[in-house]
Amino acid sequence: MNGQGNSGPGVGQSLIDATPRQQRNTLALWLSRLEGPQTMGRGRGFWITLALAVLAAAIYPLFVDGWTVGNTAYFLVWTFMAMGLGVIWGYAGSLSFGQTAFFGLAGYGYGVLTLNFGAAYGFTILALLLAVGLAVLLAVVLGYFMFYGRVQGVFIGIVTLSVTLVFQAFMAQTAGPEWAIGAARLNGFNGMSGMPPLTIPWPGGDVLLYADIALYYVLLGLMLVVYLGLRMLLNAPFGNVLVAIRENPERAEMLGYDVRRYQLLAFVLGGALAGLSGVLYTAWGQYITPSSMGITAAALPVIWVAFGGRKDVTATLIGTLAMIFLYQWLTIYGSQYAIVVMGVILVLTVLFAPEGIVLSLMRRLSARLTSAGGRP
Amino acid sequence: MILQTRGLCKRFGGVHVARNIDFGIEAGEIHCLIGPNGAGKSSLFRLILGAHQPDSGTILFKDEDVTRLPPFARIRKGMSVKFQVPGIFKDLSVRQNLVISFQHHLHGHDLEATIRRVVAFAGLEGLEGKAAGTLSHGRQQWLEIGMAVGVEPSLLLLDEPTAGMSPEETRQTGEMLRVLNAQGVTILAVEHDMSFVQQIADRVTVLHFGEIFAQGSVQEIISHPGVADIYLGASDD
Repeated sequence: MNGQGNSGPGVGQSLIDATPRQQRNTLALWLSRLEGPQTMGRGRGFWITLALAVLAAAIYPLFVDGWTVGNTAYFLVWTFMAMGLGVIWGYAGSLSFGQTAFFGLAGYGYGVLTLNFGAAYGFTILALLLAVGLAVLLAVVLGYFMFYGRVQGVFIGIVTLSVTLVFQAFMAQTAGPEWAIGAARLNGFNGMSGMPPLTIPWPGGDVLLYADIALYYVLLGLMLVVYLGLRMLLNAPFGNVLVAIRENPERAEMLGYDVRRYQLLAFVLGGALAGLSGVLYTAWGQYITPSSMGITAAALPVIWVAFGGRKDVTATLIGTLAMIFLYQWLTIYGSQYAIVVMGVILVLTVLFAPEGIVLSLMRRLSARLTSAGGRP
Repeated sequence: MILQTRGLCKRFGGVHVARNIDFGIEAGEIHCLIGPNGAGKSSLFRLILGAHQPDSGTILFKDEDVTRLPPFARIRKGMSVKFQVPGIFKDLSVRQNLVISFQHHLHGHDLEATIRRVVAFAGLEGLEGKAAGTLSHGRQQWLEIGMAVGVEPSLLLLDEPTAGMSPEETRQTGEMLRVLNAQGVTILAVEHDMSFVQQIADRVTVLHFGEIFAQGSVQEIISHPGVADIYLGASDD
């Protein structure tokens, strides 16, 4: 009984009933934010397409061997860093050129922790969280000094790029045996290897997520959760403020928003996602090297996100997967020019679709569908 | 007094843009700030907002010292601002502009009701889905006034609200401000269209070389012999 038979509003309504209803409303509110002004894609057509894509991804391992599935999992590893960069750059308007700093720090962090403490009792999961925590800590400190120090525009790119290059240079000179944290040798340019894969404790035997089908499903699920979570967050008031800051930071401040705080929050979120990618990469291949923080590595996410379309999380995701696939394909088939092709694609994007190639295609498709739907 | 400045000084290099300014706005009035170009109007405006920090002096808003507060904190205490160049989010829809302006204070039905009210007030019915940058100049100005007043500020700061408007749009803007004022919003406007000042102002402050030159009712200012001189003097330069 919800007290509907009573005369006054709320009279006789039990407090115990009120709480679940409040929770239901909150849940409904967040679910409603899966669609909104800050993300493309709405209505039945979009969700059916997404469901079909997820279904196709889910049955894909039935048609190929485990090794290929493991390689496909590698594509998924990078999407978190790309979506995070999309939030910082595309939504909040600050181009970070050094997401790989968070990627590398968390990757090395996972290596050091698991090489020292092993994988028993689900420790790899804790190590994942701790390593992402390290990336968050770096993002908080670096972001605080940048945004509260009023560093803006291109200088954010310069500062973040410098940080990742410093990390790379530092890790590259740790070849000597004196460079070890406990049992974990840092190993200089050759990088760190031999850490355990993510291990899920399970009755009757732990599940080891080697680069194989199980890891693929875990990453697919995680990617879907992060993607949908970001859609909800970006359509929430938080996302509105980020977009306001991107469009006109002075106006955003003059509407009562602490611009620096929101920029910092977006930066930390992006850092956390880059850190997540770093841990997953390390756990996937059981190695990490300083070159994962070098200039090529730092430039690639920027190219993926620019190609996809930084102002929309769906375009970012599709563009990133397409670009990684292309890059991988070019490298496998012996082209030494893969990185040059990436550069050419970036130039073409900037020239012909500065908002991103995938995004502009999506906008065209959406306009066509709208006009087709509007016809009598 | 809703707003008071005491001994406010600010200089950029050798130029004093504010010299020992003691200035106050009574709650409920429409106060216009006028003066020739370079008199320090915009600087005083920015000092009040917090976009500039004074070299010395204090700013009291509702009897609270806000001198060291950043702009966003002053806005949250009840100031609101409309800039000279329309400060709207041009690539976002009219509705998005309003949502972003009000979501801080309002949610759900209250937010929707306020958006409807402001859309009607600013004459933007049927344009909610349009990108704000595609509106006419006058409508962009009204949208920004709507963004500034939707959450019922206690002090509305306007920097040349009628800049670039047609005479008809200017008149309508004046009426809009009168309505707001009748609803209890105190208004400070930097303006140099004297006929507009006559239409709306309760009191006028004249700035000259960063100092307060004269203060009083519209009639007192118009009949003040020195005011005409500084305007004519400025136009002679």
